[in-house]
Amino acid sequence: MESGEQKTIALLRVMQPAGQENGGKGCGSKGSKGKSSCGSSAGQGDLSPEIWEKVKNHPCYSEEAHHHYARMHVAVAPACNIQCNYCNRKYDCSNESRPGVVSERLTPEQAAKKVLAVASTIPQMTVLGIAGPGDPLANPEKTFRTFELVAKTAPDIKLCLSTNGLMLPDYVDRIAAMNIDHVTITINMIDPKVGAKIYPWVFYNHNRYTGVEAAQILSERQLLGLEMLTTRGILCKVNSVMIPGINDHHLVAVNKAVKSRGAFLHNIMPLISAPEHGTFFGLNGQPGPTAQELKLLQDSCEGEMNMMRHCRQCRADAVGLLGEDRSAEFSTEKVMAMEVDYDLASRQAYQEKVEVKRQAVVAARNVELATLAGERSDISILIAVATKGGGRINEHFGHAKEFQIYEVSTAGSKFVGHRRVDLYCEGGYAEEDSLETVVRAINDCHAVFVARIGGCPCEGLKAAGIEPVDRFALEYIEQSAIAYFREYLERVRSGEVEHQQRGDADIRQGALIA
Amino acid sequence: MAYKIKESTCVGCSACHDQCPNHAIVEKNFVLSIDPTKCTECIGFFSEPQCVAICPIPRTIHINPDVPRFQMAV
Repeated sequence: MESGEQKTIALLRVMQPAGQENGGKGCGSKGSKGKSSCGSSAGQGDLSPEIWEKVKNHPCYSEEAHHHYARMHVAVAPACNIQCNYCNRKYDCSNESRPGVVSERLTPEQAAKKVLAVASTIPQMTVLGIAGPGDPLANPEKTFRTFELVAKTAPDIKLCLSTNGLMLPDYVDRIAAMNIDHVTITINMIDPKVGAKIYPWVFYNHNRYTGVEAAQILSERQLLGLEMLTTRGILCKVNSVMIPGINDHHLVAVNKAVKSRGAFLHNIMPLISAPEHGTFFGLNGQPGPTAQELKLLQDSCEGEMNMMRHCRQCRADAVGLLGEDRSAEFSTEKVMAMEVDYDLASRQAYQEKVEVKRQAVVAARNVELATLAGERSDISILIAVATKGGGRINEHFGHAKEFQIYEVSTAGSKFVGHRRVDLYCEGGYAEEDSLETVVRAINDCHAVFVARIGGCPCEGLKAAGIEPVDRFALEYIEQSAIAYFREYLERVRSGEVEHQQRGDADIRQGALIA
Repeated sequence: MAYKIKESTCVGCSACHDQCPNHAIVEKNFVLSIDPTKCTECIGFFSEPQCVAICPIPRTIHINPDVPRFQMAV
């Protein structure tokens, strides 16, 4: 529990105008517990102006930005040089939504055309990433050629890549020369004995290595690459897949190791291991973590560095805001037929409007937060929110494919995750009872905020102990969460409700069918 | 005298394509095949055939039974 003093510090930090705090690098270990105001989760917080400039419109590096800005991946990199036990290199199912899977592969030229087409249609698309479906640095010519073409025609788009790190040290100079200023490395272990359970082999220096030797090579190359990048001032995010019983406890050590080498953000993601994906883990019954197991690990690492909790583990050809996928609108056939007019000025004008909206969200949150200033309570609750983006409660309960989860306490509100609730294939059949699915996914929440909800699900939620709330329809999420929390505290004090801890929730897997 | 790619299990990732020291692997519309007249089974280059070593799908690249094994010219 935070003391009153810490609370005040946290509050002051949130209220601080942009650009007033330290000019140092990153937010690393500065501050006591104020990570909710830092980098990944809220606004500028204690980030230096240079870093803020790099992350502020990047949906994968800034939680706040992900409500407003979109990204796209182009699948130009099919080859991979390692095998992971959570990956199956088949990409023939367009209904699958997970990393490593795409429905179409592109040549660099097709990819560049697609980027222009998407950027002209979706002006808030600010980031182009190459993430596979294999490893970008196992396809260096295709990857760098794509970046080169895009940098020429759409210079305002940020370039980033996501790699397993095996070949990273060889390409750091090329990455720096191309102004790729965001690199994500997937690091699941720093102990080769742990690694041997995750990676059956790596292909390095013309040999296939297996077992502990393979993991040792991979780990050394990953950490070396990370250090080389951060020394050059390139922002690095580290992704880690949480595999219960294999690396869950070990990820705390990974967190410390990557932090000490200058990583900016750590993204701990749940293992996806549905049997129908045909991965080694999926076929061998290796379970993923529950929602609370994941949150606990993320919370325990948060004192050390910024944690990313808004990752949707998207496909290597995803397009749109995180959590939505508009890739079907931009199939190769459609893109090649499009006449593209890349209008930089209109994109900038649109983004300025987005910026105004975004400032309004932050201002509203801060005003509401000030009303909690005198409150003292140990209570913290989770709230599930149905939203289509823009930081508002603007989705109907029944239409939501995911809920965003906010934690609220007297220290303020904080985004702590999201839960998928879409229907999915299970042995070829879709699920029948969607309400039950939703309850399982948000069972650790006290309330669910929606724009609208029907009478039937309303009763079902109440029966499960989750309060459906539609009175904040179309309002700002965080402002409403704080207002709800203040009322909740009053209701607890007056004896109207008894505060109780909620249970755990499921993290849902499987192929998207909606 | 060559390796061969089993089309029914190949996922077309092209990882093998860039590794071949003989440029024997051809990619056409994301379908890959090995030119048996160019493949040397990596003999004289590497200790293991590179395409087999990097292929993510087991038993997808195998010895081509229709042609004799590669022999180094003496």
